[in-house]
Amino acid sequence: MSMASFFNQRAPKKASSKDDGDRKARMPWVEKYRPKNLDDVSSQSHAVTVLKKSLHTSNLPHMLFYGPPGTGKTSTILALAKQLYGPELYKTRVLELNASDERGISIVREKVKNFARLTVSNPSKEDLAKYPCPPYKIIILDEADSMTNDAQSALRRTMETYSGVTRFCLICNYITRIIDPLASRCSKFRFKPLDNTDALTRLTYVANEEKVQYEDGVLEKILDISHGDLRKAITFLQSATKLHGVAEVDADGDISIDEQGGNNHESSKITVTSVQEIAGIVSDSTLDEIVTAARTHDFQVMFKLSKKLAAEGWSATQMLDQLHDKLILDDSLTGTQKIHISFALNETDDKLSNGTDEQIQFLNFLSKLSQVL
Amino acid sequence: MSLWVDKYRPKSLDSIDYHFNISKRLKSLASSGDFPHLLVYGPSGAGKKTRILATLQELYGPGVNRMKIDVRTFKTPSNRKIEFNIVSSPYHIEITPSDLGNNDRIIIQDLLKEIGQTEQIDFQTGKHRFKIVIINEADSLSRDAQAALRRTMEKYSTNIRLILISNSTSNIIPPIKSRTLLIRVPLPTVNEIVGVLSKIAEKEDIRLPSNEDEKSSILAKIAEHSDRNLRKTILSFEALAMTNDSISSACKLVELDWEKVIADLSKQVVKDRSVKNLSQSRSVLYELLSHCIPAKIILKELTFNLLCDPRVTDPMKYDIVDASSLFDERLSLGSKDIFHLEGFLARSMVIMESKK
Repeated sequence: MSMASFFNQRAPKKASSKDDGDRKARMPWVEKYRPKNLDDVSSQSHAVTVLKKSLHTSNLPHMLFYGPPGTGKTSTILALAKQLYGPELYKTRVLELNASDERGISIVREKVKNFARLTVSNPSKEDLAKYPCPPYKIIILDEADSMTNDAQSALRRTMETYSGVTRFCLICNYITRIIDPLASRCSKFRFKPLDNTDALTRLTYVANEEKVQYEDGVLEKILDISHGDLRKAITFLQSATKLHGVAEVDADGDISIDEQGGNNHESSKITVTSVQEIAGIVSDSTLDEIVTAARTHDFQVMFKLSKKLAAEGWSATQMLDQLHDKLILDDSLTGTQKIHISFALNETDDKLSNGTDEQIQFLNFLSKLSQVL
Repeated sequence: MSLWVDKYRPKSLDSIDYHFNISKRLKSLASSGDFPHLLVYGPSGAGKKTRILATLQELYGPGVNRMKIDVRTFKTPSNRKIEFNIVSSPYHIEITPSDLGNNDRIIIQDLLKEIGQTEQIDFQTGKHRFKIVIINEADSLSRDAQAALRRTMEKYSTNIRLILISNSTSNIIPPIKSRTLLIRVPLPTVNEIVGVLSKIAEKEDIRLPSNEDEKSSILAKIAEHSDRNLRKTILSFEALAMTNDSISSACKLVELDWEKVIADLSKQVVKDRSVKNLSQSRSVLYELLSHCIPAKIILKELTFNLLCDPRVTDPMKYDIVDASSLFDERLSLGSKDIFHLEGFLARSMVIMESKK
């Protein structure tokens, strides 16, 4: 870095009063726009209605939230806990454990059990006035499907014994990985992928709050790519904004745009192509190229193509994913062909998830595909 | 004297010779003062790491080059002590958790949290309050380790930014992908490599053919020969320059001996499909394995050599690829490499015999 650009940088921050705002600007939007209360949670009307009742009756069962990523499971329970206890009491009443914490059987036996066993503290008068403050604690076990079976079994009795003072909330993507005895102790809430209207409303809200400039159809495209995963959608939006916001300023070499933290994107609009690029989506022309190569039934052509795709760095799973959408919806193929294609896709995906070589596996898929077509 | 690969490694984003788009994007990210988590993927030798280091330079200035290596010890839950190497500068640390195999989760849990919980204090610029953590070989992180990353990435995002480097995104779990900005780095094209090589040749005073066409054709040949892997290309270019006084089209490219062994093996398999040959190839395979050639690379090379052999017909090729994909999977699941390599050879022989 040259001397000039060194001095061009912003002067040291003066006071810490700016710190909070600054921190907020640096926060990922996913965290910034996490729902603050249950009403803000998009789409999941069923779960929200049931949980809202608990706000009035202060009666809460053990809960098991399951559903695909980005549907608001963690957000819902955090919002509920905040509404139940308020910021002060929250610290002592809620224990949040996720996969980043050690959660072997020993932790369940000690940490979880000790926390579950504690009698509840008395809430302060102010808190009581503002929040329901029910007489129990909540233990949130996020990403519970990555807990071992042993650790889950150790929870069984704990959940029952201390149910007077503690409620558990298990959160997972795959309910099948939760052992039956645990699942039967909880009331289950399924979080379905967000439908597009709800997701669009939320995304538009975020975009407006952040004053994002975008072309028509960009938000729809983002939702399309993220398949109902709102977190993914918001992350894409933020990444796109960042890339676009600074590109213009970059040209005249002025770094002072940093003044407003995250609000530096007045310059250019987000386009559909840039969103595609960020998401790592394989372009339609490449997909066409793959299908055409398979249709030639010439092995050398396929071999060359697989080599080229590997050099371009496309990820095989991404290509399979998109080929699946393309081929299965292709009306010119017969049912039997589609069955064979699905089978080949399934097999290749399985092998890839075992950490195999991408080029060989993709070449194999290509050869299978060409045999079917 | 250092190798040319290191000597001519670009230090800043502006001096990188290809993929200007990516450099521009990284530069604008770096100058915005904010930075998302990144997942940089692409084949090896495409310049992933170089770009990342140049970006760090852009972010923090020359301070990032003051690197040191620490050895830290961690305790597994079963109270075993493990040692782990960390490369760090005042602004970033670089780890390769997959070194530890199944224990990589502990590094993610302990180390990242420790860094995440402490805030960076920088009185000089006060600009970037976060530390960058570079995770190499992210695709070989175990599922547990990746799961452990999920909440850590969100919770401590004010204090750390992660840069994951991997060869492909296939083994990265979707929750991680949805939390990062994906950056794909393709291999440079042959022309771009030729440009890089000519630059080096100029600086090193290498005698190249004066004819422009001949010069670029020979450089292109080197690039093709190394599969457009830039690192490999520069290494073999340097080897070529060391062994010859002047480089001309008459010079023989340096061939790696293990590649030659595999090529010979594949020829042998096509020619003579018998039990006797199978037992001979065992000793060749053992030789390769004992020279630390990874089994997966042997399999891949073998497959490609077989596929390019003119005596192998198209129907055979379909079956060979199928067999290769099967044994590739078994290699990653199993633990005794030689079984699967031999199995693949035997299967290929059977395929060729039956479709003769």
